[in-house]
Amino acid sequence: MAGVKFIEHNGTEHNVDGIIGESLMNIALANLVPGIDADCGGECSCATCHVLVDDAWAGKLPEITESESSMLDLNPDREVNSRLSCQIPFSEELDGITIQLPEFQY
Amino acid sequence: MSGIIIIGAGQAAGQAAASLRQEGYEGTITLIGDESFAPYQRPPLSKQYLSGELSIDRVYIRPAKFYEDRNIDLQSGVRVTSIDRQNKTISTDNGQTLAYQKLLICTGSRPRELNIPGSDLPGIHYLRRLDDVDRIRDDMASANSICIIGGGYIGLEVAAVAVTAGLSVNILEMESRILQRVTNEQMSAFYHRLHTDRGVNIHTSTACTGFKGDARVNSVLCQDQTIAADMVIVGIGILPNIELAQQAGLECDNGILVDDHCRTSDPDIFSAGDCTNHPNPILGRRLRLESVPNAMEQARTSAANMLGGDKTYAAVPWFWSDQYELKLQMVGFSSDGDTAVLRGDPEALQFATFYLKDGKVVAVDAVNSPKEFMVAKRLYGMQVNADSLADSAIDLKSLIS
Repeated sequence: MAGVKFIEHNGTEHNVDGIIGESLMNIALANLVPGIDADCGGECSCATCHVLVDDAWAGKLPEITESESSMLDLNPDREVNSRLSCQIPFSEELDGITIQLPEFQY
Repeated sequence: MSGIIIIGAGQAAGQAAASLRQEGYEGTITLIGDESFAPYQRPPLSKQYLSGELSIDRVYIRPAKFYEDRNIDLQSGVRVTSIDRQNKTISTDNGQTLAYQKLLICTGSRPRELNIPGSDLPGIHYLRRLDDVDRIRDDMASANSICIIGGGYIGLEVAAVAVTAGLSVNILEMESRILQRVTNEQMSAFYHRLHTDRGVNIHTSTACTGFKGDARVNSVLCQDQTIAADMVIVGIGILPNIELAQQAGLECDNGILVDDHCRTSDPDIFSAGDCTNHPNPILGRRLRLESVPNAMEQARTSAANMLGGDKTYAAVPWFWSDQYELKLQMVGFSSDGDTAVLRGDPEALQFATFYLKDGKVVAVDAVNSPKEFMVAKRLYGMQVNADSLADSAIDLKSLIS
């Protein structure tokens, strides 16, 4: 399995194993990927696990919920490909996904 | 070889260990906690873990293997009994004496206890630790009725889970309204009605005076009545665990006193989480918080500063509570405000109360309103037009200049 590639804002890459069903946030935490604070533990309550998903994968992600969208909405740095990593469970379909970490969250 | 010792293995302790490795520290990290688990999240305990929605694997912050892989010596089920600041060592209840270069105290807090007749009967629970909730869940499986002492967040979250599970639920609150300590009258009234509508019986201005039962509790006594209860949860606040610090001669006052770098009165000893009393430069006063975001951020601050960094802890406090399908997200302290501004419709279970002081935003209580919560974080301390804030037709974005 190709797993998940997290790329820090300074270009440092972290290639880590994916775990089916585990959120990208938890995968980042378990692998000490910097830039994901995840203060609320994945409740979609804090917006500190903001990531940018590589365009090629956009179509394979679960739909964004209203609550997730609201949490992202007031961030002036929100991009079209912004997501909260706690809301994306890793799946076989996402094997090899590339995730960028935004500079503002560093 | 002496390195960094962290006393406690809760959320602050676990985050500090992770942050130390993240910052590149390669020395020894020893994490010593008296619970028999790796660091786990406490917030879900009274919510999704209690209801059975979340399994234990989902409650751990990081898998147990993480600590092994990162060479973090996690000692579970071990209690630190003393700190010797002169020799820079700590002693444990299993006979170890360990030396430290830097020490981080993350001893957290414990539930305030009720000491009234019958309060040691089986079936009376406190809710703080994972194994507390395992026992509560076991009891709930066979109970028909539950009495909750204390109408704070813990009590209300448990009430929501219990009534949803089909139990008959009574809440006793000493004050004249639930959530009295943490929110304004309107919010208290909203939550009172919400729980009443779902079938919870709330008794305000009612003090519990004792418990009755033979092998286990079967009723709760309060002033003029007796309430039948197969089990009881006591949620009347928490106390910071400062004894170890106090015995070591560290300055304490309603918490372990730290500066804005999370340093105690001993330059080699830091403290993070619920047990600290810390300055908040944004609010301009000292705080002792019962809060996960506080524990996490103080842990990061301590880790950076133990490694010689210069990181200041300055964040506006925020909190959340889940009851039924409602998510309450809070910023700041509503009691800091002189004016409350309502945005949205409480009847629709979607609204926010902003609190202003001299026209500046100092707090929000947002119910199913994540946008209002996020905007309050950004508007904190800023002057806003109260009429615009109250008008749902006005886009919140336009208020952020």
